[in-house]
Amino acid sequence: MSEPEGGKRRVFLKVLGGTLGASAFAYAMAPLRAWTKDLSAEKFLQKHYKELGKEEIQKVIARVERETLEKYGAKVKVKDQKPIEGVEFGYALNLSVCIGCRKCAEACHVENNHDRKTNNSYIRVLEMDQGSFDMARGDAQYDHAVPAPGKYYLPIQCQQCDNAPCVKVCPVQATWKEPDGIVVVDYDWCIGCRYCEAACPYHARRFNWTKPEVPAAAVNPDQGILSNRIRPQGVVEKCTFCLHRTREGRLPACLEACPTGARVFGNLLDPKSEIRWVLENKRIYVLKEELGTKPRFFYFFDV
Amino acid sequence: MCDGPRETREKTMQKDSHVATYPRFLLRVFSGAFDGGARFYVTMTVLTAIALVGANAWAQQVANGMHLTSMTDHVSWGLYIANFTFGVGLAAGAVMMVIPAYLYDDHEMHDVVIVGELLAIASIIVCLLFVVVDMGRPDRFWHIIPGVGRFNWPISMLTWDVLVLNGYLLLNLHITGYLVYTRFRGDKPAKRWYVPFVFLSIAWAISIHSVTAFLYSGLGGRPFWNSALLAPRFIATAFVTGPALVIVLLQGIRRLTSFHVGDGPIRTLTSVMRVTVLLNLFMLGSELFTALYTGGAHAASVKYLFFGLHGHRGLVPWIWTAVILNVASALLLHLPQTRKSLGLLDLACVCAFIGVWIEKGMGLIVPGFIPSTLHEIVEYAPTLTEWKITAGIWAFGVMILIVALKVVLPVLTGELEGKAPST
Repeated sequence: MSEPEGGKRRVFLKVLGGTLGASAFAYAMAPLRAWTKDLSAEKFLQKHYKELGKEEIQKVIARVERETLEKYGAKVKVKDQKPIEGVEFGYALNLSVCIGCRKCAEACHVENNHDRKTNNSYIRVLEMDQGSFDMARGDAQYDHAVPAPGKYYLPIQCQQCDNAPCVKVCPVQATWKEPDGIVVVDYDWCIGCRYCEAACPYHARRFNWTKPEVPAAAVNPDQGILSNRIRPQGVVEKCTFCLHRTREGRLPACLEACPTGARVFGNLLDPKSEIRWVLENKRIYVLKEELGTKPRFFYFFDV
Repeated sequence: MCDGPRETREKTMQKDSHVATYPRFLLRVFSGAFDGGARFYVTMTVLTAIALVGANAWAQQVANGMHLTSMTDHVSWGLYIANFTFGVGLAAGAVMMVIPAYLYDDHEMHDVVIVGELLAIASIIVCLLFVVVDMGRPDRFWHIIPGVGRFNWPISMLTWDVLVLNGYLLLNLHITGYLVYTRFRGDKPAKRWYVPFVFLSIAWAISIHSVTAFLYSGLGGRPFWNSALLAPRFIATAFVTGPALVIVLLQGIRRLTSFHVGDGPIRTLTSVMRVTVLLNLFMLGSELFTALYTGGAHAASVKYLFFGLHGHRGLVPWIWTAVILNVASALLLHLPQTRKSLGLLDLACVCAFIGVWIEKGMGLIVPGFIPSTLHEIVEYAPTLTEWKITAGIWAFGVMILIVALKVVLPVLTGELEGKAPST
């Protein structure tokens, strides 16, 4: 820096280097441009579901409907189904009659607007060895006629735990338990850290590794803002006991699809409900009870 | 000893006010960051290039989705969280210079302790970047800012991690910033403005790595992580990698700058490592014994990691490399020849550093997911996108460290002073 000429050259080189560096950085970050186009200020600043007023939620719903039309070409009706007072949902599944046909998983796939390419579903069915409860001996990839001799079948979906590890670990309260017992996700609040996926002992959560693809004709237009509306890329989702159906008095899609009647769904607070009868009269088994998660999903046997 | 507040204040009064010196300090530090010899420019250009490749890969990952990684719903964390975990250890391990310097009044260590603090700063920034690139929705980053978003504190361990990591970053920025600035002005640093923070940072260093361990060990559904030994293991490995890197770093500083580095600090850090490498191997052995002797489902991940499970052996080469490196470093550190040879010592440090990077990264995060909670086996091997982003972040971290050392050390040696500008 002693010679003025050398100093000038140095400054020139620094400016040149800085300019080159800045343009290289802009070039490197270019892929983000398309992505930010989709990111409006309104979306960026959208509040948590629980903080939205009645009018604000209507705006969000209108936006989701508009985006579904623009991106998927499908006209859909999104609603904000609220929990019903005096109702707490429970689900039971009869392991003696389940034949492992996976119709429930298929119905879930269609009902909940899952990505078609990955054949995603909230239900996973394990083919288990007769005489064993050890999942290590189960197989989720079986591909043969069912029921196979010496086997029984264990469908697993979100257990809607009362002491849910996924709710505990979420750093931003993007997932919580509703008064009717259903654990939901605010898809517009989730930051996609996937801590809940690590915490869940039942493999109940799914992440949107890319934008879900559903052909317009296949989109289920009957949607809930906290349930089966098409999820954005980069967020976590899960089974909601089909709350867009069940909170309107209908049954979950997986139950309707079951050909053997293995599934029983209903209001735990209603002493005359079928689910209460099952819980009071059958031998009940709860998955991984030792973890203290307190599931609302019960397995039973015909004995 | 005799730097009573009055004396300090009088001294300060005679000098320029902070309003004048602080901007000058920042300017000199900033211009110092971009000034150097040919070797400096070449190094920084190469590192910038690597960082940009990583930035580009990240931009694509955000735009197209995280299917560009090898992660799945079965293995939902991978290389990013592995490096995050390792980086937290590096940051915490740097405190192994602070403890002898301040707690045991080791004067030679005191002279070089700032190197550890700068390393902590760079490591924490690396950690935070690894968390950001692991997020599916980085645009929603503000949701996790306390008071602005919805912070699930104190229930979620991740919120604790946000607090302790950022707190540790601020603590170290304050301590180094204050010491360097006062040296720049030619003042004697007032103890009350940094000594309490130094002691706080010692406890805080332990907290960042314990909280990071609790992140995993608190999950009942993942038996591989659900162990009370995880936090102690994390601390032990932190005190392997932190000193290992600093030992090599101090030699580099001695060679490349006029900053005085005595033999004492290197000796002290080597003694620390002699204990911690063995402690780590012992704890690893205890975990292995407990899992394998008991057997059953709880041993499945350990079996997968070390021997493969049902023909799946993806992590076996990784973990045995780590074991060999960790044992090699333990042996080297206890060899009498290593006391005389810096070359052997450096080799031991490199072995330990890479060994722990594997053991605490790929060897800890990935097997937590294999087999899955439903005992399915889906394997994981990072994609090119993940390697690019990982390399980019580390390159950026090295740049921060180089620049930080480059602007701080001349101030400490008195080469860069805050006297009125000469020209």
